[in-house]
Amino acid sequence: MTIPDYKNDLTIIDESKPETQEYFINMGPQHPSTHGVLRLLLTLDGENLKKVEPHLGFIHRSIEKMCEKDSYQQIVHLTDRMDYLSCHINNEAVCLCVEAGLQMEVPERVKVIRTIVDELNRLSSHQLWWGVMGMDLGAITTFLYGFRDRELITDIFEETCGARLTMNYNVPGGLMFDIHPNFQKRTKDFITYFRKKLPEYDDLLSNNIIFTERTKGIGYLSKEDAISFGVTGPTGRASGFACDVRKRFPYSAYDRVDFKEIIYTEGDCFARYKARIDEMWESMKIIEQLIDNIPEGEYKEKTKAVIKLPEGEYYQRVETARGELGVYIVSDNKKSPYRVKFRSPGFSNLSALDTMARGNKIADLVATMSTLDLVIPDIDR
Amino acid sequence: MNLMTNEKLKELIISKIPDAEFPEGEMQFLNVIIKPDDLHPLSILLRNNPETNFDYLFCMTALDYPTHFFTVYHMTSSQSTFSFVVKVKIEDKETPAVDTVSDIWKTAEFLEREVFDLFGIKFNNHPDLRRILLEDDWVGFPLRKDYTDEANIVEL
Repeated sequence: MTIPDYKNDLTIIDESKPETQEYFINMGPQHPSTHGVLRLLLTLDGENLKKVEPHLGFIHRSIEKMCEKDSYQQIVHLTDRMDYLSCHINNEAVCLCVEAGLQMEVPERVKVIRTIVDELNRLSSHQLWWGVMGMDLGAITTFLYGFRDRELITDIFEETCGARLTMNYNVPGGLMFDIHPNFQKRTKDFITYFRKKLPEYDDLLSNNIIFTERTKGIGYLSKEDAISFGVTGPTGRASGFACDVRKRFPYSAYDRVDFKEIIYTEGDCFARYKARIDEMWESMKIIEQLIDNIPEGEYKEKTKAVIKLPEGEYYQRVETARGELGVYIVSDNKKSPYRVKFRSPGFSNLSALDTMARGNKIADLVATMSTLDLVIPDIDR
Repeated sequence: MNLMTNEKLKELIISKIPDAEFPEGEMQFLNVIIKPDDLHPLSILLRNNPETNFDYLFCMTALDYPTHFFTVYHMTSSQSTFSFVVKVKIEDKETPAVDTVSDIWKTAEFLEREVFDLFGIKFNNHPDLRRILLEDDWVGFPLRKDYTDEANIVEL
């Protein structure tokens, strides 16, 4: 019997020693689980991820450059085109920054209303995330449940702000207009309703064996990495990084409400999932404390038609549904800023994706992406 | 826990970098202006010193002035709420360059790519310095003040 000449005859395949080869695959830009246009270049060995390289910028609109030509009132309208799911909070970041520059104290009524709408906004964002997360992992029902409850919040927004998604309710100095007479009643009704419905979310996904198998121990991010990558929001807090801006640097009415900062230490997909579910309970707690105690008063402090910030630099951070949003304005005492930088939470959270997904299977990448809760316009700006 | 104060930090920096400038006037955070060569050693010091422990770089960007560039680093500690700003003054407008800090804060890898993309500032020793938001064959650096684009920027 002759031994096959493996070394020189390349047509012979040695079954006992299968050789593997790395290969590349493009995920996106049009992939359902990226929820937008994000291209991931995956380096694979079989179905194991060796490397995930995000290619972004498909919807870069150069908002920062546009801001250099706009007045401060106009900039507010650009920000809710970044993270459109927490548009009210984005608007508030710019308004707070401008108000700090003008050394203006807004009325108590404005602070309380802003906080309530912030939390409603956070709830609606998390509801959408929960629905979409289930759908990414193959459960269509959650999508319908999430949107059913979110509809009630968008109705409240429609009545008070006049828009359902990009609300533009904040202006420097206060609010665009006062709350609708029905606002308090409808919000209270919604909280009563949603307190009954949120346990359903747990029944459907949190205790679902298929779901937990796909999320527990997947996409691990350590606390050190979370801090080093600047991963904030529920994603960072699920890794044990206490980064809640509402606690660390309270703004609006967050200094007078009682709520818990949700912290998990597991750092996997399930911890990130749980952090957001728990945050919905805390949001409801905040709204309940404030909704009956809206002080009387003006809804807007008078500002000049042309706002000029004194020369200097201003930085303001707020907690959006995705993490820490920073607005950095450099002013040279003109009617438009010299430079504006938005420190967007999604951009920093995305940079940690490679660390999280490396070593997992390609199907786990979808779960990891879902729990990052990326909004692509927020990353690309 | 706010052990750090502006005065203590000033002393610490001056002991290492005698020619560091501290701009006067009312500022939200303490600012320091340093030369490009001092950035990397200072970052290691601020990151590893147990008193400062600035392990969280929360914002990084650049500013374009007629005579110079600034790269701006906003940093804080995960343990405290004390925030601090380091500005690196780059006087070379033709070929601006500064050392990378992506080996100290991992978030800087993406943020520096963004600054490179939009300002054209090079980061020495960066592991993967490419354009991040714009296409690879884009001409010019849009966030510079002298950038012109007749097709897309409408002057009013």
